[in-house]
Amino acid sequence: MERTKLVGGIFQALTALACLIIIAMVVIVIGNIVIHGSGRFSWEFLSQAPREGMKEGGIFPAIFGTAALVILMTIAVIPLGVATAIYLHEYAPKRSRMVHLVRLAIQNLAGVPAIVFGLFGVGFFIEFVGRGVDRVLYGGRPLWGQPAILWAALTMALLTLPTVVVATEEALRAIPQSYREVAYALGATRWQMIRRVVLPQAVGGILTGGILAVSRGSGEVAPVMFTGAAYFLPELPTRLHHQFMEMGYHVYVMTTQSPDIEATKPVLYTTVMVLLMLTFALNFTAIMIRAQIRKRLRYGR
Amino acid sequence: MGADLQPAATAETNAAACAGMRTEGLIVRLAGEDILKGITLDAPRGEILAIIGPAGAGKTTFLRTLNRMLELDPDFKISGKVLLNGRSVYDPAVQVAALRRQVGMVFSIPITLPMTIRQNLSFGLDLDREERRQREERIEAALRSAYLWDEVKDRLNEPARNLSGGQQQRLCLARALTLRPAVLSLDEPCSGLDPISTRRIEEALQELKAELTIILVTNNVKQASRASDRTAFFLFGELIEVAPTEQLFTTPREQKTADYISGRFG
Repeated sequence: MERTKLVGGIFQALTALACLIIIAMVVIVIGNIVIHGSGRFSWEFLSQAPREGMKEGGIFPAIFGTAALVILMTIAVIPLGVATAIYLHEYAPKRSRMVHLVRLAIQNLAGVPAIVFGLFGVGFFIEFVGRGVDRVLYGGRPLWGQPAILWAALTMALLTLPTVVVATEEALRAIPQSYREVAYALGATRWQMIRRVVLPQAVGGILTGGILAVSRGSGEVAPVMFTGAAYFLPELPTRLHHQFMEMGYHVYVMTTQSPDIEATKPVLYTTVMVLLMLTFALNFTAIMIRAQIRKRLRYGR
Repeated sequence: MGADLQPAATAETNAAACAGMRTEGLIVRLAGEDILKGITLDAPRGEILAIIGPAGAGKTTFLRTLNRMLELDPDFKISGKVLLNGRSVYDPAVQVAALRRQVGMVFSIPITLPMTIRQNLSFGLDLDREERRQREERIEAALRSAYLWDEVKDRLNEPARNLSGGQQQRLCLARALTLRPAVLSLDEPCSGLDPISTRRIEEALQELKAELTIILVTNNVKQASRASDRTAFFLFGELIEVAPTEQLFTTPREQKTADYISGRFG
């Protein structure tokens, strides 16, 4: 009796300790960044371009580039991911070999390291698609066949595709089959049923997938470092074939490539702090949009 | 919508026997096993046909062949004839969506869509441009027929799930009626309802039967005897007996029927 009590107590203590360790890690990481980073934090830091070998000035181009990248990625990944999930769950015959293969492919995609996506982006989007477009439309003049924000966004979209597909499928699975039957019994075609019953019910889950994709996309560096992110650009990207600065890549550059690593350290900390803030802000925006849409869709219009 | 089902309806003057639903030698097979073993059954317009029988008799499967809901599951193999007003519903020219609007269905548990009461009622109407225009009158008429109008007329914009179970089932009935179907099939519509709600639905069906064919599947033998004009007894996929309700309950022809209605099995 005494012994079971003791074992139980030890187990409880261990689980509590695990939680404590996690909280401590978060506090240390964020605390460290905020303590070292808030010194340089100012409006100028957010609104200006880097100067003097990145020792002075701000990081506005990187903020802008990251936001643009994430928005482009979302525009690409949501329709593709949602369409895939709807096909798998609503159209494809159940238990078919094709569906099984597609699911397997998506699971494998989720396990591929980010750097491999980066290399794939170079090989497929830049070398194959981009060069192809240049050859056909621009007589071989390199315009699309080089790193660009479009290719970086598409590469990132591939990386986050499994997240969106899985979240959407999860949402579709949660809709009772009886709702579909009612729609059919009232003379709905499959598309009308999907449009009027399934999609409104699944919007919350789809947006959750979008939020996860945004969180992931705003923090990854590897997929964009060969496909479009630039070391330093004085100007903002205004066309899809422009290169851009990206926060994560900027952090990487400052820690490893800057002319004077020690001198850039304060700027580095502040950049990391802003990167965290930006990720949270993008997340928060997506969550707010989801809450709004859910409220509006609760009983329809 | 439903235009291709119309010619048969005009034939009702010279062939009154055609008006309604009829199956001939209907066989449904699932994984090599016959769920329905050749059902020939008439459900003419103007009467309520009750279908009784123990679980596994094929009652629900039978209903689902009438509006081709069974096709949603490709594993079922259907052969034999299903005729609506003399015309085969499995004719390649028949549009399934149009057919389902003609053969309304009420499920055994009230399934309201997660929308307002009004949106539930307008769901079917909104799918068709013509019928959409008559939305308001159709909704009111359907609610009145389902004896629900007085209870919900001031709360049409509330979520449907705010209604009680009995009200929700009458909402489902009204929702099917908005499309003015030729046939109304009900699959144990009162199985989860209290006696008062059950009576309301039975009363509504009595009022409605003049204009349509009503097929009422029920587990409740008493309900069949109370609410129907004719009763069919199904057992293990076979139609054992069909007769005017009073006759079937007082002097059944088959011993199996007598055993079932007196509660000796099933």
